[in-house]
Amino acid sequence: MNDIQLSHINKSYGKIEAVKDINLSVSQGEMFGLIGPDGAGKTTIFRILTTLLIPDTGKASVCGYDTVRDYKIIRNMVGYMPGRFSLYQDLSIEENLNFFATVFNTTVTENYDLIKDIYVQIEPFKKRRAGKLSGGMKQKLALCCALVHRPRVLFLDEPTTGVDPVSRNEFWDMLGKLKSQGITIFVSTPYMDEASRCDRIALIQNGSILSVDTPANISASFSRILWTVRANDMYKLLADLRAWPLTYSCFAFGDKHHLVLKEATDKKNLYGYLQMKEHENVLIDTAKPGIEDCFMALLGDNVK
Amino acid sequence: MLKYLLEKEFKQIIRDSFIPKLIFIVPIVQLLVLPFAANFEVKNINLAVVDHDRTQHTRRLTEKIISSGYFNLTSEYSSYREALSSIEANVSDIVLEFPLNFTRRLMTDGKSSVLIATNTVNGTVGGLGSSYLSSILSEENINTAVRVVNYFNPHFSYKNYMVPGIIVFLLTIVAGFVSALNIVREKEIGTIEQINVTPVPKGIFLLGKLIPFWTIGFILLTISMVVAWLVYGLFPVGSLGIIYLFAGVYLVIFTGFGLTISAVSSTQQQAILTAFFFLIIFALLSGLFTPISSMPEWAQKFTLFNPVRYFVEVMRMVYLKGSGWADLWPSFVILLLFAAVFNGLALLCYKKSS
Repeated sequence: MNDIQLSHINKSYGKIEAVKDINLSVSQGEMFGLIGPDGAGKTTIFRILTTLLIPDTGKASVCGYDTVRDYKIIRNMVGYMPGRFSLYQDLSIEENLNFFATVFNTTVTENYDLIKDIYVQIEPFKKRRAGKLSGGMKQKLALCCALVHRPRVLFLDEPTTGVDPVSRNEFWDMLGKLKSQGITIFVSTPYMDEASRCDRIALIQNGSILSVDTPANISASFSRILWTVRANDMYKLLADLRAWPLTYSCFAFGDKHHLVLKEATDKKNLYGYLQMKEHENVLIDTAKPGIEDCFMALLGDNVK
Repeated sequence: MLKYLLEKEFKQIIRDSFIPKLIFIVPIVQLLVLPFAANFEVKNINLAVVDHDRTQHTRRLTEKIISSGYFNLTSEYSSYREALSSIEANVSDIVLEFPLNFTRRLMTDGKSSVLIATNTVNGTVGGLGSSYLSSILSEENINTAVRVVNYFNPHFSYKNYMVPGIIVFLLTIVAGFVSALNIVREKEIGTIEQINVTPVPKGIFLLGKLIPFWTIGFILLTISMVVAWLVYGLFPVGSLGIIYLFAGVYLVIFTGFGLTISAVSSTQQQAILTAFFFLIIFALLSGLFTPISSMPEWAQKFTLFNPVRYFVEVMRMVYLKGSGWADLWPSFVILLLFAAVFNGLALLCYKKSS
């Protein structure tokens, strides 16, 4: 059975269409990633699923319950960690956790096994007020509070935004453990490198879903050859590559440029063009496409 | 469930470094300072006397006026013109001129007249000064038509009159404005989002917000009444029960008002500006500072829609006159109506925004 089901969801804020005709399904125990840039409509989808927002048209259900009609049941079954830290800053770690346990009619001890691995990391500071915690600790506390009532589905809206790379890695490890306990996880992130941690991902842009598949399949769907190009003057290189009639698309990617050509051509041809443009120390190679390349390619197709 | 919400709410209020001070210290300071500052009593009015009659009687009258405590005798002048120039020089505020044959006319006709000229650059000094003066003189000349008697506040003390009104105002601030800010703060910090996905019903959540402010309101009322008693020796002539009963309804009115504001605003700045706008109107049209009877007619009509007006009236009546239920029940009904309207409005605004 699908734990999350969205069919033909539309939502507008005034004239702005936040999401357009969204169709998604997430099965039980799956870790599903919603990948897209800021403003793509990720948070709107979260708010619809967590019963905070009513869609204009379409039907959404969580654990088989309708988000509009059965919102009270859903609120007992899901855990939500909003993108912004939203626990009580003037209550301590312990008090926040106890408070959220009691509003869900449960106790911390009852579900301690679920949060134990995470809670022990912040337990030494349990008397400290939440407002005085570091970013990583706040995030762990928020996760504990979202888990304290043993939800069946966990919604995490950009949980790793603004968190350092080491803590980000740790956080995804924790999510992996929760998934192994059978909790369905619906997570969003603007970081493409985190996408490979999910079972399946949806790429979203401007309120529309571009593609839904496993990270491996999405990478494999990249049909062209991906070139990486380096030279001394990277800025001029980008401009020249984009100006080349054979170029399909070219993006800066770390210390290299990722280049896709319209038709198969050999390395010499490209090399010759760059020599003509007087580039020095030109290095050309091919690379295995990642999620980001696919996203860029899909985006390009979408625009063209 | 409500118990835990209340526990959390009280913890937050106590831990906040600012709110407890705002709730307790500010009102007490206001109660200690405002009745003195917002005092319309005028003393040390500079009086110039022009005595053409020069009898024992006029001298005695002058002495009596000075000994009333309101006036300082600046000088005696021989002509009205000289006295008037002392007003122009800002030496005196009021000129009192006894005409020639003042005493004889008083003896034969039983009445006589004087001339009072006032500098009304400061209208309050001028207006009150001349009315003090005429009331002192009318005590002497029993035949003078005007006779001023102050019932219930025999010394016409502004403190007696201001303190009950200020207590009302303090309740308004705590119930209406601090509660509005508190709820908007949850919106601003985003905690309301987290609460909304829990099974806590909205009504229980709001009740958890309001009960602490009702409690604080009653504590504040008690503290204020103790301060009024200790500092000003003011104790209600009427029943305490009536004061608390009206205060209860009044707190419900203004927490409803606070809820409405918090429903329509999304930041604390918006809430405070909206609240401030109404606070000013409620204050100026409440009869707290200026008597309603001296407002233009349209403004008097406006005061009918101001709940502060009714409670200020009730507090003054109970405090100074000892009015009972028989006199006050119409105000009670009106306040109940306000409670229904404001809370209904709050409910409507919340429904719309969610």
